[in-house]
This record gives sequence, structure tokens and C-alpha cells, in this order.
Amino acid sequence: MAITRDEVKEIAELARLSLSDEEVTRFTGQLGSILEHIDALSALDTTGIEPTTHAVPMDCPLREDVAGAALPAERALAAAPVRSGDFFEVPKFVSGS
Amino acid sequence: MSAASTGTGTTDPTTMSALALARAVRQRELSAREVTTAHLARIAAFDKGERGLNAFLRTDEAGALAAADAVDAKVARGEDPGVLAGVPVGLKDLFVTENLETTCASKILQGWIPPYDGTAVARLRAAGAIIVGKLNMDEFAMGSSNENSAFGPCRNPWDPTRVTGGSSGGSAAAVAAGFCPITLGTDTGGSIRQPAALTGVLGIKPTYGRVSRYGVVAFASSLDQVGPFAGCVEDLALALEVISGHDPLDATSIVEAPSALGPALAAGGRPQGLAGLTVGLPREYFIPGTDAEVDAAVRAAIRELESAGARVIDVSLPHTPHALATYYLIAPAECSSNLARFDGVRYGRRVQPPGGDLAAMYQATREAGFGDEVKRRIMLGTYALRSGYYDAYYRKAQQVRTLIADDFRKVFASCDAVATPTSPTAAFKIGEKTADPVQMYLADVFTLSCNLAGLPGMSIPCGFTRAGLPIGLQLMGRPLGEAALFQLAAAYAARTDHARRRPTLALEAA
Amino acid sequence: MSATTTSAATAAPDFEAVIGLEVHCQLRTASKMFSAAPTHFGAAPNSQTDPVVLGLPGALPVVNRQAIEFALRIGVATRSKIRARSRFARKHYFYPDLPKGYQISQYDEPLCEHGLVQFVLDGQPREARLTRIHLEEDAGKNTHLPGRATSLVDLNRAGVPLIEIVGEPDLRSAAEAGAYLRALRQLVRWLEISDGNMEEGSLRADANVSIRPRGQSALGTKTELKNINSFKFVEKAIEHEIARQIDVVTSGGRVVQETRSWDAERGTSFSMRSKEQAHDYRYFPDPDLPPVVVSPDWIARVTSALPELPAQRRTRFVEALGLPAHDAEVLTGERALADWYEAAVAAPSKADPRKLSSWVQSELLRVVKDTPLAECPIKPDMLAELVALIDAGTISGKIAKDLFARMLQSGERPKVIVDREGLTQVSDTSAIEAAARAIIEAKPKEAAAYKAGKQQMLGFFVGQTIKAMGGKANPQLVNDILKKLLES
Ligand SMILES: [Mg+2]
Ligand SMILES: [Zn+2]
Repeated sequence: MAITRDEVKEIAELARLSLSDEEVTRFTGQLGSILEHIDALSALDTTGIEPTTHAVPMDCPLREDVAGAALPAERALAAAPVRSGDFFEVPKFVSGS
Repeated sequence: MSAASTGTGTTDPTTMSALALARAVRQRELSAREVTTAHLARIAAFDKGERGLNAFLRTDEAGALAAADAVDAKVARGEDPGVLAGVPVGLKDLFVTENLETTCASKILQGWIPPYDGTAVARLRAAGAIIVGKLNMDEFAMGSSNENSAFGPCRNPWDPTRVTGGSSGGSAAAVAAGFCPITLGTDTGGSIRQPAALTGVLGIKPTYGRVSRYGVVAFASSLDQVGPFAGCVEDLALALEVISGHDPLDATSIVEAPSALGPALAAGGRPQGLAGLTVGLPREYFIPGTDAEVDAAVRAAIRELESAGARVIDVSLPHTPHALATYYLIAPAECSSNLARFDGVRYGRRVQPPGGDLAAMYQATREAGFGDEVKRRIMLGTYALRSGYYDAYYRKAQQVRTLIADDFRKVFASCDAVATPTSPTAAFKIGEKTADPVQMYLADVFTLSCNLAGLPGMSIPCGFTRAGLPIGLQLMGRPLGEAALFQLAAAYAARTDHARRRPTLALEAA
Repeated sequence: MSATTTSAATAAPDFEAVIGLEVHCQLRTASKMFSAAPTHFGAAPNSQTDPVVLGLPGALPVVNRQAIEFALRIGVATRSKIRARSRFARKHYFYPDLPKGYQISQYDEPLCEHGLVQFVLDGQPREARLTRIHLEEDAGKNTHLPGRATSLVDLNRAGVPLIEIVGEPDLRSAAEAGAYLRALRQLVRWLEISDGNMEEGSLRADANVSIRPRGQSALGTKTELKNINSFKFVEKAIEHEIARQIDVVTSGGRVVQETRSWDAERGTSFSMRSKEQAHDYRYFPDPDLPPVVVSPDWIARVTSALPELPAQRRTRFVEALGLPAHDAEVLTGERALADWYEAAVAAPSKADPRKLSSWVQSELLRVVKDTPLAECPIKPDMLAELVALIDAGTISGKIAKDLFARMLQSGERPKVIVDREGLTQVSDTSAIEAAARAIIEAKPKEAAAYKAGKQQMLGFFVGQTIKAMGGKANPQLVNDILKKLLES
């Protein structure tokens, strides 16, 4: 299935990537040829086949509800590109969205 | 060379195996500091600078020497310094290391100093290993040549104009170049086995869940698996034993304790040590697209296994042709999700366009922070997971994955392992395949299925091309069937010397 | 607005509201949903995190067993179908309070489905169906400071376990929605899985609201009303939205599918961005978490450990104890209260359940408003003893009230105080007669007034007599004796 420039732009928006025009052109071509390859799968009949979500089947282990030590705030915030006091700071955005 | 002069004995520590080094340190024949210094010196001589291999993104001299001194102090006090006492180990730069920068070879994480150690790293440290530094890789483990590193490609020690393979290219090259006897990498679609093959070292991707993924930056969570590289089968087994085992911090970690590998190594080392083992040759892996020299070397290796007592039979894994497409849906889908956390809020780099709002910050940060291949896969994965597309793509791929795993289940009813080429070609030239993603993806055509099925897979050196480039033999086993692979590898190593050959580094020759 | 204030509305057909609530409820675990980070409410900013909560590269989730157990409890209590293998999925969106860029939540394979919530409206028992109850992790908190170009992010709340209780659109009025939500709050507190505190955000409700002409079965276009963060506003906010929609329709407009935010201060709602940025959650099963398996044995254990539920208990209080429906509802408002009341009924004093009920409601609830019931110095058997003393005529109602206050202070049993201080009610007619005669003699003018027909003077004499006897006289006897003396 071919992918259009508009689709590439839509996907980039979803993935929060601001692609340049040149990138949109390049990715449209490259993703198109990868998808062409991938679309061969659709010819395969998988009716009734269970999907494998975990290669080694197992039940989810459950952790006992015991609180451990928290990372001290200073350590939690140490790598923040921008912070304000004990908070991470981000550019303002529409409230409550 | 300078490294040799730092050892007290007559042997250069950088030529010794991990097993020999740990023994020497424990028996006080060498100090951990001497061992560490020798390896750091070799790295300084051959890895840095314009003509260096660029296997290490950074070394941690201070941390390594402090750890070495701690080992020496333990030895002096008569305490057990661990089975890897004083052994220099390098880590692919996606192993999270406390207080040591971890970047995944990406600009978006440049400068990140993690506040914690991952489980495999913690286990290495507890075993007395010396973490000497962080190794080059394809950005976020996406690639098959190490050319997708934001910090430049790693060069192949056998021919610096060629790639190391990837994504764990630095980890493979570091062992091949004698920078450290053991390194860790990760393998999502062949990222340990393919570079091991292209650099002439051993590498194993264990059964999914055998080694904890906690503290390993995720690429595709259902496929990623940690594994070691080493220069000999004994070191490979030792490293795997140290990092294996259940981890309550990883919900996909296998609970049963993996068996020790010593008996398998011993069995393989005996004459006719493979008697009773059956090796399958899947016909789908012996195809015209494979380089003739590679094909010949792999077939010769299989005859070697046969002469060591293995029964060799032809088998079929009929869904193999679908593995590539399946992989290139599942891995990008999971990667698009795993990489959503890189948003410039809590760690890593932020790019803020002047006057821009939050959305602008996200987009600018991710646009500037991720390289081409990473963006391509995020795009592909985002495309596949969109509502309305999920069933046709991601779910479909997971169904085909079941078919691929079923193929293996059937084959393993009559085989203990299957043997194939690791890579269709030996190391290619840097820049040769960068323009065409699909061509690059084909480099992993023999290794992907193993990840899709969660099986253990190993690559061992099995010869050289006429141009002197290493060739790898891939052995794949049953879930938790690593022992059979080690038995085969040990038998093969006892009969050949391919794994013992080392490249002459450029500056050494000079 | 009121439907009668506009001409359009006056002519409008009769509308019916269709309401479904989505309720998020924080579970009271010690550690987070997917890691051991602590969950203290009100801690210093960003002090309740760890690598998992921060979404650090390499960190992995591990499921909290207690959270599953809590969800099972409400699942069983609402008679939901429990899925033997449920699954966590990733729900993707970019937001600064969502550290991983996705929320781990249950999607197409939730733990509980098809449950029922029982509640009472205007004394009538009602039922509403549940679509599902699933587990997920909470997000952090963004603070928008007015006048600043930035927002602040605190991740303390991130990763706290939540259940999302999704109701079918079975509610037909704001009052019904309010009653339903109060019943859910009662239930989560009753089951001890959440403190259900809406003001602190441990219970949060979003309402899907639509209207349709009464009698029509097709659903109208719904809006999603968010940010109803107080019980006080639930009904008001929904009422407002129903009225707004009726107004839109009756003035010839069409309801737009949108998310609206309730502004409690201004008593109105406003539209949140309709589609500013593309919205596609790209759900897929979380590859870090295998399916959660709940054995029949586990469900059986949860079921057998389940307390009697509010609705059953309400019925039993009415049927077995003879309480009026309203009393039964009040007494089952909290499990601790119902337990307290039942302990009083069961106490050896065998006090009348109805009288106990009115004592609990009029006196006990007044004094324990701000303190936990368990810390009240008056224990159930003590109140039962008090009520029994009144019933037996041993003490008067007036003495009983004083006694209650003193028990509250000292924690002593009523009998002990009564015996020590001789508070036993005097029912000895000769003693009362003597006291009454003395009062009549001392107040000749008042006695004359009574005899002249001023009936209300009797109350004056009763009060004076009881006072003269230190409050211990049996009021009924005093009344009878005074009447007899004054009229003789
Ligand atoms: Mg919802
Ligand atoms: Zn939710």
C-alpha cells in the first residue's frame, strides 16, 4: 500500500516529529517501499491463529504491596532540562486538555 | 606496544581470556588495577582519535580504577572478589549505569547521568567485573551496521573501512580489538549475533526472559534480549551465567533458574562430544542470496560438527520468508511506543523554539534529538498502530509470529539446535547500504526469526573470506536450550582455531 | 437555566436525559501500581517517584498484587464477570504529566465487566449497569500559574493505582447520577479499597450526557463533562449540562460532540479544544506485562471475605430490625457506622433497635462528625445500656442526654454514673406528691390561675417539680400527680 505525503505528515504529527519538507519527501518514498515489502503479509491466511504477544508464554508476576524508598526529589529532578524549584517546568499549554 | 609493559608477568593482560584474568587476579598473579590499566591503555591507543576504531563512546577511567582497587582490596582481605574479579567489561551504551552517562548513541539523551544501575550491570559489578566504559551502537539499537550512531560509526578491527555490524557494533569490535574480554550487547533482531559474525567473536542472544531487561533502554520490548560477547566459548558461558537469572523487577523474566553451562562445555570438549545431538539445517536459510564464501564456510563448519558426533538433518522452517516483514511491523510499533518518553521534560535534551508552546517544544526536541533511522521506525510503528490499522498490521504480525514460532516448535521436536549462516555476507563497506533501508534490513534476514520466537541464538566464528573478513555460524536452540548451543560451540572450538585469530590493529601494524 | 424562562423552551417537547458516568478511583495501596514507590498524599513535590514512575529509560513495570485484589473486591461486589486472563495495554498521548508518553491501562481485556450498582433515590432502590471496571495508573499533576509562560509538573501522583468504573448510560437525571455516584463512593469505602475523597481527587467523575425527546429510543449526541471535582457540584454540573443541551436543541441548534469542563466557581461549563491535535491512542498490549491470571480460587477467596454490602444491609435493617427506610440508609452510609449500630443492637442490654437508631442519628453522629467512630469513647454496648435504662424507666430522657455527654467525656458506662450519683429516676408517687404539694403551696397565684382555666400553667408546675427533685422525677408521673392535686 502506497503512503501519501499527507499521511506521512499526519503520522509525524501523532509522533510529535516536525519533519522538514525534504524529510517528508524522503520518508514518503522510504516508508512506501518498506510498506510494500510488509504488505506481502496480507496474503498470508491467519484466520484463527492466536497472536503471540509474549514469545515465552508466562503469567504476569505480581508484586507484594510494599513501599520502598522513593528517589529523593533532588535525584528525580537532577536531569531535568528545565526545572523550577522542586518541579519540572514545561512551556505553557492549553489548560485541562 | 605500551599496554604490554604494564603487566607484571610475561603475558599481556589484553590477550588473556576473562577466565584467565579472573584466575590471575584471585591468585594475586595480577592486580585488578594492572589489568584495568592495561586495557584502558589499549583503548587509548587504538580506539580514540581520528584513526581509532570508535568502539567506546566514553571510558570511565576513574570509576574503573576505583572498582579495580576495591577488587584488589577484597583479594588482600581474603574475601571472595567474584568470578569476574578484575575483568574489564564494556557495556553497550543502552545499559543504564548509575552516575555514568548513558546516551543510546542518541543526541536526545546526550548528557544523561542515570540515577540507577540496571540489573545486568549490578550483577556484573557484584561479580567483580570492572566497567571500563560505554560502547558505540546504532542509535537506540536501530540498525545493522553501527552507522546510525549520532557519534559516528564504529570501524571493524579487521578492516577499518568496513562496518562492524550492528546494532551492538561497539560491543563486538571491543572484544575483537582486545579492549575488553567481555562486553554486553542487546539483540532485538540480530544485534548481537550479526556484529559478532562480522567481527569474528562469539555472541549469544539468550532465551527471551533469561536475562533481565531492567535498566536496558528498550527498543522493542517483546524482542529485546541482553547477551554477552566474548573471544572464547568459556568466557561467553561465564558472562552469561553471571547476568542470567530471575529478576523481580522485570515481569517478563523467567522464574526457573537456568542450568549451569559447565557440563555442556565439558561434554562438547570431549572427542565425539556431540554424540546424541541432532542439528537441523533449515533449507530456507541456505539460499542463493548468501555470499558463496559465507555459504562454504558455514557448510564446512557443519561438517565439523558432524565429525564431532552430531547427527545433521535437513529441516524446514516454512514461514521464514515472512519473518522480515513481521519483524518490521512489530519492532517499529513497539519502538514508537518506547520512544514516546523522550519528550524533553524529565531528562535528556530539550529544544525550545522561541515563543513556542508545549507542542512546539515536543516536536522540536524530538525532531532535533532523533536520527533518521529512529524517526523512520517511529513513523512506521505509529502508522501500524493507528486505530483502524492495528488489526491489519500489528495484530497480523503477531499472528504470523505464532506461525514462525510454531515452525521452530516442530523442528525442535527432532533437533537440539539448528545451524545457519549468521549473516548473508561478511562485513560490508561503511556507507555501502545507508541509502536504502530495505537493503540494510536484509542484513538481519537470518537472525530475526530467533527473536520473534524468543529462542536462544549464538554466533561463533567459523572462518574467513579470502579478503580476511570473519564469517559467523549461527546456532539456534529450544527455549532455555542454551546448553546445547554451548556444547556445539565448545566442540567446534576444540577442533578449529577460527575464534582464536585476532585482527592486527592499524596502529599496531604501523 | 430553567426551562420556563425562554419561550422556545416553553413550547419544547419533554426531554429525557441520558447519563453515564466514568469514575476514576484511587486505590489505597502503600506502593504504586507498577513499582514500589510510596504513595503519600500531600508529600513535597516529586518526592514520591522512582525510575519506573519517572519513566526513566530502562525502567520496567511490575504489577501490584494488592491493586488487583482491590479491583477484584469491587468486581465481585458489583457481581461483575471477572476475566480469568486480563491484559494491560498502552494508551499513547503526549502530556507532561504522563512520563512514558503512554498510560498503562486495560483496554479490550479488562478485569471486570457487566456489573451492577445498586443505589437508592428518594427512598426507591435503583440499579445501574456497569460496562467495565479496569485497572490503570494515575498521571501526575500539572500546575498552571496565572501570568506565567510555563507550567509546573509534579509526578507524585503518577503511577498511583486507579480503577476506572465505566457505567452504562442508565441514569436519567442529575439526581439519579448523584445518587449513583454517592453509592459508588459508599461502596469503595465500604470495601476499604479507596478513601473515595472527591475533594482530594481520589474519586473523580466524568459524565457523558445527552438528551432525547421522551419516548425516543435513539440516543442524542453526547458531550463529556469533565472536572467535576466535588460532590457538591455533581448534580449542579449535570443539571446545567442537561439544561444547556435542551436550550441548544429548542432554539434550533444541534448538540456538538465535545468535551466540556465544569467551572465550579462560575457555575458553568466551557468547551475544551474540540480537535486541536490529532487524537489516536494507538492502543496495543503492553509487551512488558504478560496477561494477569486470576484463578477461580482467588475469586472464591475474595468472595468469601467480602463484607455484607450496603444494599443487603439496608434491606436487613428494614426487614429484621424494623427500621424506617431512611434510618436504614443513614445507618448504612458507612460500614463502620453500620457495624457500630449493629454491635449496639447485639449488646446484652437488648435495647430497642429503633430507639438505638434515633440515638445514633441524633446524638452519636453529631459528636463523631470530625473524628473516627472507632475513637469515640462511647462504645456500642454503652449506648445500648443507656437506651435500656430509659426504656426501663430507670432514668429520664433528660437525665439520659446529660448522661450521654458525661459518658463522652469520661468513657464510663451509664450504669456506673447513675449508681454513683443516684440519678435513678424517682417513680415513688409519695415522694413526687410531697414535692408537688410543696410547689403548689409556694405558688398560690399560679395555682389559682390554673384553676381559673389557664391550662398551660401545668407545664410550669411540672418543670418546677422535676427541678426540685434534681431532675430525677419520672415526668409522666409528675404530670399525672400535679393534675390530680391542682384539680382536686
Ligand atoms: Mg475513559
Ligand atoms: Zn482512565
